[in-house]
Amino acid sequence: MNGKMENEMELLFDAISYNEGLARVAVAAFVSNLNPTLEELADVKTAVSEAVTNAIIHGYGNVEGYAGKGRPVQKPADGKKPGKVRMLCKLERGVLKVLIEDRGKGIVNVGKAMEPLFTTRPDLERSGMGFAFMEAFMDDLQVESAPGVGTIVRMQKKMTNDPWIEVAQ
Amino acid sequence: MEEFQVIDHCLMVKLPKEVDHHQAGYYCQKADAFLFQPEVNHVVFDFEDTEFMDSSGIGIIMGRYKKIAPLGGKVYAINVGKQVKRILDLSGMSKLLEVL
Repeated sequence: MNGKMENEMELLFDAISYNEGLARVAVAAFVSNLNPTLEELADVKTAVSEAVTNAIIHGYGNVEGYAGKGRPVQKPADGKKPGKVRMLCKLERGVLKVLIEDRGKGIVNVGKAMEPLFTTRPDLERSGMGFAFMEAFMDDLQVESAPGVGTIVRMQKKMTNDPWIEVAQ
Repeated sequence: MEEFQVIDHCLMVKLPKEVDHHQAGYYCQKADAFLFQPEVNHVVFDFEDTEFMDSSGIGIIMGRYKKIAPLGGKVYAINVGKQVKRILDLSGMSKLLEVL
């Protein structure tokens, strides 16, 4: 029955580093009734974390993370609004589809950006593994971007959806 | 245990429950302050509490590795869980550091 369940969730949140955790927990809760394995859950959380972090750091340039214990710095330095990240999750026939959209600066060369170890921000000690992880942990990844307009990342993954207990018919 | 401790020439870094970009900056800066001390030769990352890590964690480890490896230092990872192990393997980090 769970396998046939269809569901949709849309989340719009500020592009601040605190919300990376929020997005992960939200997507984990969203798929939880499919009864995913721990590994699947970790895969989905990692992929979402990467995409949302990209939107925050690269899309909007909000590079500030947690400045110190209990003292998160969440205001962009120049007093601008942080911008919004939109996450759309869909469940269709046991397949999770996630769309993560930002209206940030966009990517000039998507192919280059998706190369493992390529990063535009080595100063922030970014590893350049974001897209590689999304590709590895999800079944499908598509990136659409236009400079000055924003970026849309689409991912999907088939969840195994094992029932908790075999129910005799 | 303290998050940062120097034991026997090793800087022990206890990483948080979730290692992401939100947390990474703090750990990078704090660890670097310790690496300047002459008695610190190696770095040990302790993943005991860590349930989640993304590529930001690779950035933390890689950055420390680049600073300490030229001086002959080694980087170790201990108490590595399943999710963290996959991330380390996939990124090739398990070749650079010693997973104990």
